[in-house]
Amino acid sequence: MSVQDDRPLLVAEGLTKHYGPHLGCADVSLDIHEGEVVAVVGESGSGKSTLLGLLSTQLLPSAGSVRYRMRDGEERDLFALGEAERRFLLRTDWGFVHQDARLGLRMGVSAGGNVGERLMATGWRHYGRIRAEAEQWLERVEIARDRIDDRPDTFSGGMRQRLQIAKNMVTRPRLIFMDEPTGGLDVSVQARLLDLIRSFVGDYGLAAVIVTHDLAVARLLSHRIVVMRHGRVIETGLTDQVLDDPREPYTQLLVASILQA
Amino acid sequence: MSDAATYNFGYLDEQTKRMIRRALLKAMAIPGYQVPFASREMPMPYGWGTGGVQVTASVLGADDTLKVIDQGADDTTNAVSIRKFFERTAGIATTTHTSEATVIQTRHRIPEAPLREGQILVYQVPIPEPLRFLEPRETETRRLHALEDYGLMQVKLYEDIARHGHIATTYAYPVKVDGRYIMDPSPTPKFDNPKMDMCPAIQLFGAGREKRIYALPPYTKVVSLDFEDHPFERTKFDRGCALCGSEGIYLDEVVTDDRGGRMFVCSDTDFCESQRAAPNEAGHGLHEVPR
Repeated sequence: MSVQDDRPLLVAEGLTKHYGPHLGCADVSLDIHEGEVVAVVGESGSGKSTLLGLLSTQLLPSAGSVRYRMRDGEERDLFALGEAERRFLLRTDWGFVHQDARLGLRMGVSAGGNVGERLMATGWRHYGRIRAEAEQWLERVEIARDRIDDRPDTFSGGMRQRLQIAKNMVTRPRLIFMDEPTGGLDVSVQARLLDLIRSFVGDYGLAAVIVTHDLAVARLLSHRIVVMRHGRVIETGLTDQVLDDPREPYTQLLVASILQA
Repeated sequence: MSDAATYNFGYLDEQTKRMIRRALLKAMAIPGYQVPFASREMPMPYGWGTGGVQVTASVLGADDTLKVIDQGADDTTNAVSIRKFFERTAGIATTTHTSEATVIQTRHRIPEAPLREGQILVYQVPIPEPLRFLEPRETETRRLHALEDYGLMQVKLYEDIARHGHIATTYAYPVKVDGRYIMDPSPTPKFDNPKMDMCPAIQLFGAGREKRIYALPPYTKVVSLDFEDHPFERTKFDRGCALCGSEGIYLDEVVTDDRGGRMFVCSDTDFCESQRAAPNEAGHGLHEVPR
């Protein structure tokens, strides 16, 4: 399914964000290729979420640029796009999975309506087809079909996260941003969710940027890892390499602080 | 009337009317777009038509004839008091006959008799924003309108079908105006939606509490939203009016006793009266009901 193109999907250069006198993140450069999962790790306040906000154009950078290769192959500067184009990108070619499902879902709208929203926003006007598509996606994220008319506020935490993923996947995005997708879930539910994300990455050639403070999640999901501290990238490389043989003292500390079972 | 002199013509002062007229002109220029305006306090509670009254006051001239209806009826409290209000503050002629009126203020119904060029229909609007119950943030709904990002509206109809098996919205049924803006036609029964389409009269909408004005110029395309496999359907009644026998018009249910007795009669009282007055073939009094 993945169309091979050697050029990166997304290229960030010199991304810097100041919040008044405070630094959000400084001089971050990053490439993301199709089908590649990049984990951004670091402690609270290290600038992970700021970086995610910048990459997904939800924040405006103080300096730097993000270029994205659109579906037609053309590379565009994301901050030069009009708002309509940016929104279109966000709800078709991109996905965003929040830690708090409330931000990503409409809690008062049925699961089917949540999944169908992107379809309707892109012009689907046939109820039967929208519903059939929604059913298929619910099944793929292991939510029973008969829950299609239930509202997400009747769902468990793990189901909500899976519903968020279905809602995003329905337009077959090429890039998905995840902010602590497994935060607040118990270990077995986490494992199921990670499994699901992994299979989608494999099946649909999905690229993903995952922000997490959990190195186990990073190890399980990502191909590459970016370690942040005080708003700067201090180490980057292949996940296994960085986690098995960390170069920077801070990364060594992070790796060493994982509880060994 | 002698106390009319103590008010400016139509109650509002000229500067206020000017401000409202500017909003009306803008609304006419961008059909379906909600224009903010500096709504005034009126001598009636919010929810009783303060928006409609301000719009009416701004478009009335000395030679206008005003009709006011509340759910189709000329003789209910709201209609009677607004009619009286303008009789006193503007000294203009009033009528209950749709064909004689030049300005018609309505709470929710569109008269059964076809409107014509030169007439103005003023709607009282409680909640002008069709996306409000889906998206509570005004900043966000404005942006959605600006970007024509209307997937959300379709989600509402989807939810209707998912819950009830059909589109269960029967009033305030959302419409697309002139191929661009999604508009709330005020809590008008969806039965009347088709009458808005290509209507020869000017249609003005005033929301007093929410401080918004919007408009449909004559002959504007108004399409009710729907799904391909669940198309918009006009409300149908399986009977005619118990008083005048007309069919294909909007009926009100009237409870007649405390033993379950009820009758269905025209919601448009003027239409019903004129049908009964017309001495033509019984039961076929209806000459021309718009689509």
